[in-house]
Amino acid sequence: MVDVHSDVLIGMPPAEVGEVDLYHPRSWWTKYVFSQDAKIIAVQYSVTAMAIGMVALVLSWLMRLQLGFPGVFSFIDANQYLQFITMHGMIMVIYLLTALFLGGFGNYLIPLMVGARDMVFPYANMLSYWIYLLAVLVLVATFFVPGGPTGAGWTLYPPQSVLSGTPGQEAGIVLMLLSLILFIIGFTMGGLNYVVTVLQARTRGMTLMRMPLTVWGIFTATVMALLAFPALFVAAVMMLFDRLLGTSFFMPSLVEMGQQMKYGGGSPLLFQHLFWFFGHPEVYIVALPAFGIVSDLISTHARKNIFGYRMMVWAIVGIGALSFVVWAHHMYVSGMNPKFGFFFATTTLIIAVPTAIKVYNWVLTLWRGDIHLTTPMLFALAFIITFVNGGLTGLFLGNVVVDVPLSDTMFVVAHFHMVMGVAPIMVVFGAIYHWYPKVTGRMLDETLGRIHFWVTFLGAYAVFFPMHYLGLLGMPRRYHDIGETAFIPASAHDLNAFMSVAALVVGAAQLVFVFNLIWSLSRGKEAGGNPWGATTLEWQTPETPPAHGNWGKELPVVYRWAYDYSVPGAIRDFIPQNEPPNRFEPQGAHS
Amino acid sequence: MAVAIIILLVAVASVLFHLFSPWWWTPIASNWRYIDDTITMTFWITGAVFFAVVAFMAYCVFRFHHKEGRRADYEPENKRLESWLTIGTAVGVGAMLAPGLLVWHQFVTVPADATEVEVMGQQWRWSYRLPGKDGRLGTSDARNVSSDNPMGLNPKDSNGQDDVIIESDDLHLPVGKPVKVLLRSIDVLHDFYVPEFRAKMDMVPGSVTYFWFTPTRTGTFEVLCAELCGVAHAQMRSKVIVQEEKDYHAWLGQQQTFAELLDQRRLAKASYTIGSE
Repeated sequence: MVDVHSDVLIGMPPAEVGEVDLYHPRSWWTKYVFSQDAKIIAVQYSVTAMAIGMVALVLSWLMRLQLGFPGVFSFIDANQYLQFITMHGMIMVIYLLTALFLGGFGNYLIPLMVGARDMVFPYANMLSYWIYLLAVLVLVATFFVPGGPTGAGWTLYPPQSVLSGTPGQEAGIVLMLLSLILFIIGFTMGGLNYVVTVLQARTRGMTLMRMPLTVWGIFTATVMALLAFPALFVAAVMMLFDRLLGTSFFMPSLVEMGQQMKYGGGSPLLFQHLFWFFGHPEVYIVALPAFGIVSDLISTHARKNIFGYRMMVWAIVGIGALSFVVWAHHMYVSGMNPKFGFFFATTTLIIAVPTAIKVYNWVLTLWRGDIHLTTPMLFALAFIITFVNGGLTGLFLGNVVVDVPLSDTMFVVAHFHMVMGVAPIMVVFGAIYHWYPKVTGRMLDETLGRIHFWVTFLGAYAVFFPMHYLGLLGMPRRYHDIGETAFIPASAHDLNAFMSVAALVVGAAQLVFVFNLIWSLSRGKEAGGNPWGATTLEWQTPETPPAHGNWGKELPVVYRWAYDYSVPGAIRDFIPQNEPPNRFEPQGAHS
Repeated sequence: MAVAIIILLVAVASVLFHLFSPWWWTPIASNWRYIDDTITMTFWITGAVFFAVVAFMAYCVFRFHHKEGRRADYEPENKRLESWLTIGTAVGVGAMLAPGLLVWHQFVTVPADATEVEVMGQQWRWSYRLPGKDGRLGTSDARNVSSDNPMGLNPKDSNGQDDVIIESDDLHLPVGKPVKVLLRSIDVLHDFYVPEFRAKMDMVPGSVTYFWFTPTRTGTFEVLCAELCGVAHAQMRSKVIVQEEKDYHAWLGQQQTFAELLDQRRLAKASYTIGSE
């Protein structure tokens, strides 16, 4: 008997790796708490990340209260302000964005999108989450130790981070470094999983160049993180030794408050090189998953194939590689040999080319599309606007001589919030509105979604766009109170107050989102298996939410790329990746 | 429709904000006008790209938003268009990078006739040192810092004896003379930041960093610390007073040298010890 199925399987290589027995939970505890199912781990990661993210949000409120109305809130002093900015930055960059994109979206989407039953090392995957949780708890503990959390700024530059002129010198900095070390250990366990799963556990027919860009983005970011985090790891260990054992890795001879210290011979710049060797790739560790996800959101909701898929893949890989040779653009005025500036300015501006290609391809995907203005699509559009804005101001700061007057001012704060705060968070929201129906089986409420979107997007833009101009004026960052300064006009204080009000409103809008998440869990509209009419595999699971093992008896077989939307001649405006080609399909359709 | 209009408004409002912003850089007081020019040019190029991309998006949303019966085009790639966009971007990036690197070359090339001035940072104040009649600064080390020798100069270095020491007071500079600012810290990172001069550089304990500039107009300029240095970072202030050469020399004549300062302190200490006996 010849059926269509076996007919098209001819010429498709057999699976390279045989199916491995899944771990099957035996109790409620091993099913929902100490779970080895990537989907549960993903939810655990996401909920934890968002919970600690709420702490960062509250900290940002307190900072904005102080900046907008200095002196009015007597419960915020200089010490606390520095502690707020440090913890806000650290939480947002590492404990929220990195954890959510890789631990959250990575865990949920990689196995489903490549057609695997689970991650390849489920036990290590489970450990990864629990160590991450421990890292978060240690971080939170710093709020309750004597002296409070460290106020060294999220960059933790020595010598000040371990000296007594900085808040949190007693215990805060020690716990901060321990927490980072734990985070990196936990991440490494998860990260190895994501990489090996993508390389080894793809289902039949899922060639690398058929993978959705979401997987490409998360995969490349994970490889980068595995290479970049070790630099932070050694920096944290060495600084811990400097603080606890009196070594001098980063400490030169110095005098603290009139007292000669016992340190000598260390280099503060060494720490900065290690930190940014991690820190710059970190920007793209957050950005690349966002690039990938937003490509899929735009394509799905514009019902059109992503424009220039191959270029998009190479741009992701190229940006990932280049991002390892640009780190010292964070150090143009650090006191390193200024001649480095020529090299790092050149590499930094070269990155603009593949990045610009991605932007063109996103907007060209909209061209002659069939644009559905759903909540995920709105967030995707807002991502493009904020990312282009923040990316372009990067051309100021990357161009070494332009960076000199702007570095360490509010221009930098505005730039990195726009490009790696607001823009990726737009994608996080878009992605949650997009995939929530798969995770829970129910849709998020569209009206609440739109309210959440407009307030968040316009409000965040109103906070961070004008902030660039305070930096241009010369207002330095990390000042709890600019005070009487000759070149700062009174109108700058009014602008600060305006930005603070906008920030409070944006923060409040997140409560609408949290309410929507909880309310829709039981009251949301039933989603069905594929509410958006998407092509990728996660929408083709036999059950929604996907059951343990994802695919029932048979793994899906992939016949086409992830972007067969509005194929001429096809009946529907999308063809799932696992739908076999039929003889009426026009030859030469993209595969 | 509404979405397209709002997207377009975001682009228009951003451009208008830029054009009418009362918050703009301080009037320049140094030779680094080229830096300002490079920023202005970068604003034009990036502003045009921003407006074009966002306006294009707004048009797409307006023209191609979902209607009953609409179907999207199927166009996986367009090599020609992609190549042209890549080349165009590379040219635009080069147009910003090339002048940037040329100006950076000037920035790192200190003119031979520049006078050396030392700025020392510590939590949370500034000290300054000017070369004496020999035109040279003596060596220093954080290990030498004591209450008698707060800037940590090497007491055995003859070049340092006539160095002019300015503690907890303002720095004066003559207008029109290039200055090489040597930067040093004895505790944590600091950054000597005068917005009107445009140039700045971190001060790193254990090494001496530098930048150079020429003050181009007289006046009093506020010094801030631009690198987080602990809890009183925002209060670490001082002033630079740029004067005509004649006024500068009058001021310089009244300042104390390292040797004088050392003698004075020894004397004070001796009389204190005698007095208490």
